[in-house]
Amino acid sequence: MSRRRHSDSYDGGQDHKRRRTSEPAKIEDSLESLICNVGEKSKSSLESNLEGLAGVLEADLPNYKNKILRILCAVARLLPEKLTVYTTLVGLLNARNYNFGGEFVEAMIRQLKETLKNNLYNEAVYLVRFLSDLVNCHVIAAPSMVAMFENFVSVTQEEDVPQVRSDWFVYVVLSCLPWVGKELYEKKDVEMDRLLSQIEGYLKRRVKTHLPMLQVWTAEKPHPQEEYLDCLWAQIQKLKKDRWQERHILRPYIAFDSVLCEALQHNLPPFTPPGHMPDAQYPMPRVIFRMFDYTDAPEGPVMPGSHSVERFVIEENLHCIMKTHWRERRTCAAQLLSYPGKNKIPLNYHIVEVIFGELFQLPSAPHIEVMYTSLLIELCKLQPGSLPQVLAQATEMLYMRLDTMNTTCIDRLINWFSHHLSNFQFRWSWDDWADCLTVDLEKPKPKFVKEVLEKCMRLSYHQRIVDIVPPTFSALIPAEPIFIYRYADESASSLPGYAISITVGNAIKNRASNDEILTILKDMPNPNQDDDDDEGESFNPLKVEVFLQTLLHLAAKSFSHSFSALGKFHEILKNLTDSDEGKLHILKVVYEVWRNHPQMIAVLVDKMIRTQIVDCAAVANWLFSQDMAHEFTRLYIWEILHSTIRKMNKHVQKIQKELEEAKDKLEKQQHKRRDSGDDEDMEKNSEDEEGQLEEQIERLQEKVESAQSEQKNLFLVIFQRFIMLLTEHLVRCETGSVNVSTPWYKNCVERLQQIFLMHHVTIQQYMGTLENLLFTAELDHHILAVYQQFCALQL
Amino acid sequence: MSVKLNALSSDSYIDFSNYRDQHFKGKCHEQEKLLESSHTLYVGNLSFYTTEEQVHELFSKSGDVKRIIIGLDKVKKTACGFCFVEYYTRADAEHAMRFINGTRLDDRMIRTDWDTGFKEGRQYGRGKSGGQVRDEYRQDYDPARGGYGKLAQQHRV
Repeated sequence: MSRRRHSDSYDGGQDHKRRRTSEPAKIEDSLESLICNVGEKSKSSLESNLEGLAGVLEADLPNYKNKILRILCAVARLLPEKLTVYTTLVGLLNARNYNFGGEFVEAMIRQLKETLKNNLYNEAVYLVRFLSDLVNCHVIAAPSMVAMFENFVSVTQEEDVPQVRSDWFVYVVLSCLPWVGKELYEKKDVEMDRLLSQIEGYLKRRVKTHLPMLQVWTAEKPHPQEEYLDCLWAQIQKLKKDRWQERHILRPYIAFDSVLCEALQHNLPPFTPPGHMPDAQYPMPRVIFRMFDYTDAPEGPVMPGSHSVERFVIEENLHCIMKTHWRERRTCAAQLLSYPGKNKIPLNYHIVEVIFGELFQLPSAPHIEVMYTSLLIELCKLQPGSLPQVLAQATEMLYMRLDTMNTTCIDRLINWFSHHLSNFQFRWSWDDWADCLTVDLEKPKPKFVKEVLEKCMRLSYHQRIVDIVPPTFSALIPAEPIFIYRYADESASSLPGYAISITVGNAIKNRASNDEILTILKDMPNPNQDDDDDEGESFNPLKVEVFLQTLLHLAAKSFSHSFSALGKFHEILKNLTDSDEGKLHILKVVYEVWRNHPQMIAVLVDKMIRTQIVDCAAVANWLFSQDMAHEFTRLYIWEILHSTIRKMNKHVQKIQKELEEAKDKLEKQQHKRRDSGDDEDMEKNSEDEEGQLEEQIERLQEKVESAQSEQKNLFLVIFQRFIMLLTEHLVRCETGSVNVSTPWYKNCVERLQQIFLMHHVTIQQYMGTLENLLFTAELDHHILAVYQQFCALQL
Repeated sequence: MSVKLNALSSDSYIDFSNYRDQHFKGKCHEQEKLLESSHTLYVGNLSFYTTEEQVHELFSKSGDVKRIIIGLDKVKKTACGFCFVEYYTRADAEHAMRFINGTRLDDRMIRTDWDTGFKEGRQYGRGKSGGQVRDEYRQDYDPARGGYGKLAQQHRV
């Protein structure tokens, strides 16, 4: 993509000149532009724009047919929110040029096969929907479309295939019906009835073990979190009952009916769904996120019901707009707010619901979370009189339902809300939430407020937070993020390490060498040492304690100071943390001194992993240790753990990439040698190079295996610890005849789920080991259920 | 097969601006080449009181931050309202350009732009008084950036 400059007025300028010089490229760009922007910013109606464009393209067909085919196929795949605009265009072209219509259909089928082969299932849905709407434009004959649907639904009869495969084929058929159900029923009602009955049978026997893991709330009220196929089925049933009358979709082709019905139609070639391949990646099941209904929009148009097909179409289109424009928040906001038909629906509510639906989607949001924050800010800017109120209403509702909200979703809500507030001077009616002060602080509502205030503080400063909340909220205000130094003053003089802490401190300030400092530390008494331990080699926690406390105290001023300290004394730290005990202790000390500044703990742990002072397993063991049990439900603990897992994953990927690159180099070298001919010298050099590469590959292979082993071990440690903690709790509750479901338990189980969900790609590799070693049938069913739900996501 | 439509792949928030570092050693196109592959962002319009911690918290939302260098007044060696944020990957820096540029930090609208990469010396303001050039000449009163601009301060005395 070429880099373009734009003016300094910073809003993400949308105007750019293309630096293209060739003629054909210019024409291609201009055709693309004409097609992609049809109807935009025009004073004439969409219909007249389409008519004009059809004329232009028809004239261009003799010279640019292939380009036009390519562009139209691409918009079918990439602009699904404008589906009916482009099916109309294709319809008009087909009416004027039957052969072109036929070639377009063929090109679409080719493209459909390609997308399926490449695991691009979401785009394939848009292609099939496009084809089905072409029935409405008299481009494709209805019976041939029904035949394609019949082939799709027959996938439900396949045996030994993952459920997500047949799910997809059923989903495609159902999701086309809002557009084409009426037409297909008019032409082929018997076949369609049979089709729907087959689908109904499939949906009844389908397994939904995965559902609890994907739901944002565990409660059924006020809005059940429905499985996506169940919801769509209900919507289609209702549409059928309404005799396929659908009034929401914009259908420009209706205006051209007299022209289009004169056109000759094409038959879709028989399309056999490609067979199941072992490396196929079908889309994961989803849950339909709902937070609003018709009672929520106080005035104006009524929100379509949860099982109305309008709801489906609106949500689909809004998701598609975000998928197209997520990189440019101003365009995205503008496109969302100019949704066609917006006057008949409470658009702001739909937009807010769809955005939160994506933000809270499990396992992960479709886009990076900060995108949604900036998009909502942009929307508030464009609709300052209405959107902020809807957003406030939504926030209030989300707060009210925190008790049953999934922990991962609460994390995202905390991050979104605090970041959002920081853009609006932290203005919020905290008093409205005074109810959270009356319950145990470990309950979800006060916990949420506490975590939000902590994050707000990180984006500002402690006094600011004190100022913005009512005094009644003081219990929820975060601690002031100051260092806690054990050897701070003479009151500590009785402590064993006190004297040496002063000596070491002075040595550091006077820029003593590492050897000098190690010598000072050598005199440290070892509380762990047995009297008859001659060698004195056993681990000395006091050494670590005194050195690190003193060092971090001197470097407490900022992150940079602390990083610099870790770097300067890296040698000493590695020396002190040679053993697993050492690594664990260093983490303990970091926590002790910075326990009021979780942000600092997180960045120090990150730095220590990256500079190999501690390893990932040590961090995991530390977080699960008894010493940290009282912090176990705090958000920063899980941020550290997930960040640690991600670093491990990236490390493995990096070495794997190096291995692949070395293998490629070797292959190229071997080809070169084969092609180089008889030159003896060249042959010898080549052999040498190959030898070196082979050695390198062997080393890298070992490195990969070692890294993967470390990665597997990390997950084993984490899962083992979870199982131990949960089992303890369950046994304790059983023997005490106490209810298992405490806030701690809910948090712990959902944190376990979170590990599976956030790292499912990596964990997939180790399923065998996990099942054999940890998640065996002997496990308590509460814990095993989490594992089984996770497995169900892939089946 | 994966056809891309240029008309649809607009990503203007990650373009670099018209600013070119006058102290850059090399030709203009060399500077542009570095900007196109850079992982480092310049961040401007910070308050003098904004801390490294605040910058880290905000910019971590688009990815793992490798390093932050707070811009300093050359004379006073105190923060003078800008910084550099370096990411481990280009992609994370691009997300910052798309979603953090033009939003608020410490109640101020901050501005990010691509930077050729930190080199010793670039952490200092280049204004005559030691701060940033923009604080030499501005006429408005900004309590978070030392009050009036340096030139305006002299006139007031």
